[in-house]
Amino acid sequence: MELDPLLLSRIQFAFVVSFHAIFPVFTIGLAAWIALLEALNYRKPDPVLEKLSQFWIKIFAVVFGMGVVSGIVMAFQFGTNWSQFSFAASNFLGPVLSYEVVTAFFLEATFLGVLLFGRSRVPPGLHLLAACMVAIGTFISSFWILSTNSWFHTPAGVELIDGHFQVTSWLQAIFNPSLPYRFAHMALASFITGGLVVAAVSAWYLVRDRNPRSSRIALKMTVVMLAIATPLQMFVGDLHGLNTFEHQPMKVAAMEGHWETQRGAPLILFAIPDADAEENHFEVAIPKLGSLILTHSLDGEVQGLKSVPAEDRPPVGPVFWSFRVMVGLGVFFILLSWVSAVQLFRGRLFDSRRLLRVISWVSPLPFIAVLAGWFVTEIGRQPWIVHGLMRVEDAVTPSLSGGMALTTLIGYISVYAVVFGAGLYYLRQVILAGPDPIEQAHDFDSARPKRPLSANPLNFNGETPAAEG
Amino acid sequence: METIDLTLIWLGIIGIGIFMYVLMDGFDLGVGILFPFAPDDASRDRMMNSVAPIWDGNETWLILGGAGLLAAFPLVYAVFLPALYIGVFLLVAGLIFRGIAFEFRFKASPASRHWWDRSFNIGSTVAAFAQGAVVGAYIQGFEVVDFQYAGGAFDWLTPFTVMTGVGVVTGYALLGATWTVMKTEGATQDWAFRISERLLIGVLAFFVVVSLWTPLSKPFVQARWLDGIAWLWLFPVLTLAASFWVWRALRERRDVVPFVGSMVLFGLFYLGLLISMWPYAVPPDYTFWDAASAPGSQLFLLLGVLFLIPVILVYTAFNYWVFRGKVRDGDGYH
Repeated sequence: MELDPLLLSRIQFAFVVSFHAIFPVFTIGLAAWIALLEALNYRKPDPVLEKLSQFWIKIFAVVFGMGVVSGIVMAFQFGTNWSQFSFAASNFLGPVLSYEVVTAFFLEATFLGVLLFGRSRVPPGLHLLAACMVAIGTFISSFWILSTNSWFHTPAGVELIDGHFQVTSWLQAIFNPSLPYRFAHMALASFITGGLVVAAVSAWYLVRDRNPRSSRIALKMTVVMLAIATPLQMFVGDLHGLNTFEHQPMKVAAMEGHWETQRGAPLILFAIPDADAEENHFEVAIPKLGSLILTHSLDGEVQGLKSVPAEDRPPVGPVFWSFRVMVGLGVFFILLSWVSAVQLFRGRLFDSRRLLRVISWVSPLPFIAVLAGWFVTEIGRQPWIVHGLMRVEDAVTPSLSGGMALTTLIGYISVYAVVFGAGLYYLRQVILAGPDPIEQAHDFDSARPKRPLSANPLNFNGETPAAEG
Repeated sequence: METIDLTLIWLGIIGIGIFMYVLMDGFDLGVGILFPFAPDDASRDRMMNSVAPIWDGNETWLILGGAGLLAAFPLVYAVFLPALYIGVFLLVAGLIFRGIAFEFRFKASPASRHWWDRSFNIGSTVAAFAQGAVVGAYIQGFEVVDFQYAGGAFDWLTPFTVMTGVGVVTGYALLGATWTVMKTEGATQDWAFRISERLLIGVLAFFVVVSLWTPLSKPFVQARWLDGIAWLWLFPVLTLAASFWVWRALRERRDVVPFVGSMVLFGLFYLGLLISMWPYAVPPDYTFWDAASAPGSQLFLLLGVLFLIPVILVYTAFNYWVFRGKVRDGDGYH
């Protein structure tokens, strides 16, 4: 069998970036939640809030650490496997990614240490400032990353001269057409992911009658936030879809499973797309609704996949299915958060054992939804690396052999398996141990470390040092 | 912009950035390289605690170097990384394994702690070797066609690059040993003094070999040194003087001078290398000016960097000041 360096590079990039993506999407939401808790505690000091914040800071530290380690890998991927692309796009890519390092890493590195270990060392106001700066840092970081990513989908502000992108307008390149939608969509996804994990862990404690005071506060806050954010996400997602329809119609055609260009296109709920036969099997559809959603008119024209040659189409099945997974989970999140909100306002949320049990199991779902969303947009971008301007097969490193790409792919999978296996094991121990009881406040930063995971007094076996009970 | 050579400014920024990285991550990688040779577990705890609060800040300079290269000298980025493909993987894997060792070592049960010790040691050594091999490969040059690397997967792995790799491992070990001298007391410091002397001799041996091997195999380097620019010969003289300074300070059991002297020594090696290779970014064909990105891109990033690098330096200095002085046994993580 011939090993294809292009395919293996794509698999490798998809693997390392998917792995990396789940950490920031969680920490962005979590950082904002921690900043909020710190602000509330600053305004009206409350030991329950402080312990709650302290507990989530521990989780944050572990997840942030894993995000940083997996991020180092990303810094080299463009060069090792996509050197033609990095060289061609360096005039835009280089400065934008460098700005991420100097604006975001700086803020995070400076204030993370204060946030993790400084509560008893700096005045409360400065500690709150640190929490806010970390939250802002994660946002700045995601801004630059999503600006770069959006530019792949809707390139602007550049001219392609002799195979080299020259920036003609930094403003247009950075604020390219899909950035606002992608940024809003991802920011909400981060809030929803952070919110669902906090809600799940809190509900898990409540089911077991542990830490009832802090868990009730946390669940109440997140349910209210989620009840607003989840429908808003559906709305923003729709706007993002319309933006994609304008700039990348083939991606939308793959999402919707439309082969033929037609007026009054149906909304396909279920089908098994068949790329060879260029049709769907077992299609279940609602007539006209597709056109109505995409063009806001019952018989608006919707371009189908067959309007472009087969080699210019994205792989239909993965896009079609990922889209349904994402939307399905999104609808489930709306239902769950609204049912919970209704119960909350009726004053029954904390007595609804069945509902609490359901909430306690949702933690993995937002991550699946986020990855499904990324699969839709990135697989839907194929066969382009920069939409309409550069194809993926022209981007790969020319000297790369299939064997080399396979070696490092296996290498990264093995390294991540070890590192993140240990990290997740440790995260589980933190959650099992729970927040510190209020009566037994202790000070674990008597020494001077400022490493993220060291914010945690647990040892690796989940045994807390005796003094902390 | 015709009056200002942006490429030269960027060369200065990237040059300083890489040097900062070499010095700062150099000593904490060195601590990892020396880890198994430490006299006892208490020494290992002290050594690790001495770098724990600062190592991740040190490594940020590597990320800045990578992104900065892509921004200012994309050809270097687009040729070095494919050419060193397997080496880059080893570097990244090494950095990951040593990084997590900081996090997990003190949390591990006594029975499993030695795994994280090993992870810290092997990760640090592999990362240092890979960096040395990068330097060797840079001197060696690259086969480039049409601005893309055209050689094989293991072209970089030659006796010369193995030698530079081991040389950098030795050099980082010297930085780590003299850092340990500065940060510890008692038995740990005694051991660090002893090993520093041996490492200094080793580093000088590698310096002599590289200084002879490079001009013999690279005519343009030979021409640089023999073409009558007399002041260039100040560098080897200064290198020998600095070595003597470090050696005497070790003999006199001074705390800080050996580490400072070792850093000066590294600075001289670094300048000597730049002088030898000037003006080539991707030898043997491309100069820094050939490798540069568009002036607009260089300028756009320069405006931000000129403001932000000083801020980062202030924070870094503050961080080192907070954690100044000898490490004591209570300073741990636990």
